Amino acid sequence: MDIRLEQASLHWQHHCVFSDLNLTLPGGQWTSILGQSGVGKSSLLQLLCGIADEAAITGQIFCSDGQPLAGRVAWMAQQDLLLPWLSVLDNVLLGARLQGGTVGSEQVEQARHLLVQVELGNRANARPAQLSGGQRQRVALARTLFQDQPLVCMDEPFSALDAITRLKLQDLAAELLADRTVLMITHDPLEALRLSDRILVLRGAPARLSDPIIPAGQTPRAIHDQQVLQLQAQLLELLAGEAS
Amino acid sequence: MMSLLRPIGITLGLLLSWQLIVWLTDAPRFILPGPLLVFNTLIDQFPLLMKHAGVTLAEILLGMLLGAGLGLISALSLITWGRLRRWLLPVLVISQAIPVFALAPVLMLWLGYGMTSKVAMATLIIYFPVTAACFDGLRQTPTGYLQLARTLGAGRRTQLLQIRLPAALPAFGSGLRVAASVAPIGAVVGEWVGSSTGLGYLMLHANARMQVDLMFAALLVLAVMALALYFSVNLIARRLTPWLNESTSSVTRGDTP
Repeated sequence: MDIRLEQASLHWQHHCVFSDLNLTLPGGQWTSILGQSGVGKSSLLQLLCGIADEAAITGQIFCSDGQPLAGRVAWMAQQDLLLPWLSVLDNVLLGARLQGGTVGSEQVEQARHLLVQVELGNRANARPAQLSGGQRQRVALARTLFQDQPLVCMDEPFSALDAITRLKLQDLAAELLADRTVLMITHDPLEALRLSDRILVLRGAPARLSDPIIPAGQTPRAIHDQQVLQLQAQLLELLAGEAS
Repeated sequence: MMSLLRPIGITLGLLLSWQLIVWLTDAPRFILPGPLLVFNTLIDQFPLLMKHAGVTLAEILLGMLLGAGLGLISALSLITWGRLRRWLLPVLVISQAIPVFALAPVLMLWLGYGMTSKVAMATLIIYFPVTAACFDGLRQTPTGYLQLARTLGAGRRTQLLQIRLPAALPAFGSGLRVAASVAPIGAVVGEWVGSSTGLGYLMLHANARMQVDLMFAALLVLAVMALALYFSVNLIARRLTPWLNESTSSVTRGDTP
């Protein structure tokens, strides 16, 4: 399913961050938006998730199947947002729990399977406080996958982690989210280059989206890939140029 | 081991200095009875003390139950209905300017000399701290949790009951702890103002008849009761929030992500 966002505009304290922004998310592809802080990229993602401050940001969302997008997005934030009073398993099942009604044994089975996939099968009954930052974000990934929605929106999902944990989680995410429609917001060019099919840069004042950069090859791309390194340098220069 | 020895040592030391003061100053027993005398009275008058302690304890417990229940319900209502909040919150704050003790005679007048007026005193004195603690707890739910719940399709009711309420449990626990430490004050003040049973009554009665040793014994029973109450409530509050005790790092201790 393709998703199209049209004429999005964001106003922050009587000042226009961007207006008339159009964004297309082709079905089954991983799109990343790269930009600096304060450029409105998180608001853009929250608009798609239906949790944006509606007074500030407006825009129209169209899905290629003609249905509204509301309620069909899985959101993964920079913080893991695991509820401390629930076990790891119940956190993965949170979607089912909040929908009301009872959680079926099939769903529990599926959640356990996802925990095995994120290599936390033996920690299902632990509480989030007993896990490390990387483990907690893996649980958040499992929770996002459990929702099984047509669109996955990730807001700097790995930026709170240390470099090594981040690389491992990127590989895991690339594997588990293959062939899904994903929108990822990040300020790390390397992360975008490793994981994305299409990269858009949001920059300027008012901000505009660049033409898509489409790196070749399979994701997750290697960190020493020549093309990745070259593009990373270009993207960094592009972003730094704006800052100066 | 040391943690057990320390309080015992402190208690023994205090008792010893108490007895020493009595010996050294040769204070008459109707001014300052020594700990041995108080202890003797405690044993001699044990049935009498327990009879009155039972009444006071019942008043305190009923007051706590009502105060905490009403406080929780009020906090939930204030969070749920914005209009109610705008009208009621100022009233609640202003009502705190009236000292609850000053209301005691009025409560006697309205509710009589029986247990009802004392339970009302304890309830009133607890109500505000519990309401304030719960309300703050409910209001300070991390936005991220609520946004996540919204993307998961949770309605307002589900958000309140499954996200806001559990997230506010640590604050509710603090409210309960405060309640446990002030509830005995409410009950005893109520008894002082007018009653025919309870430890507060017993103390006034003993005081009037110069039975200072009995007064001290009643005070001792009251102190033990208040301590036991506090520690039981503390235990319950910790049971309500098991995730706070298990946490290994300070980063995840009930903070906002």
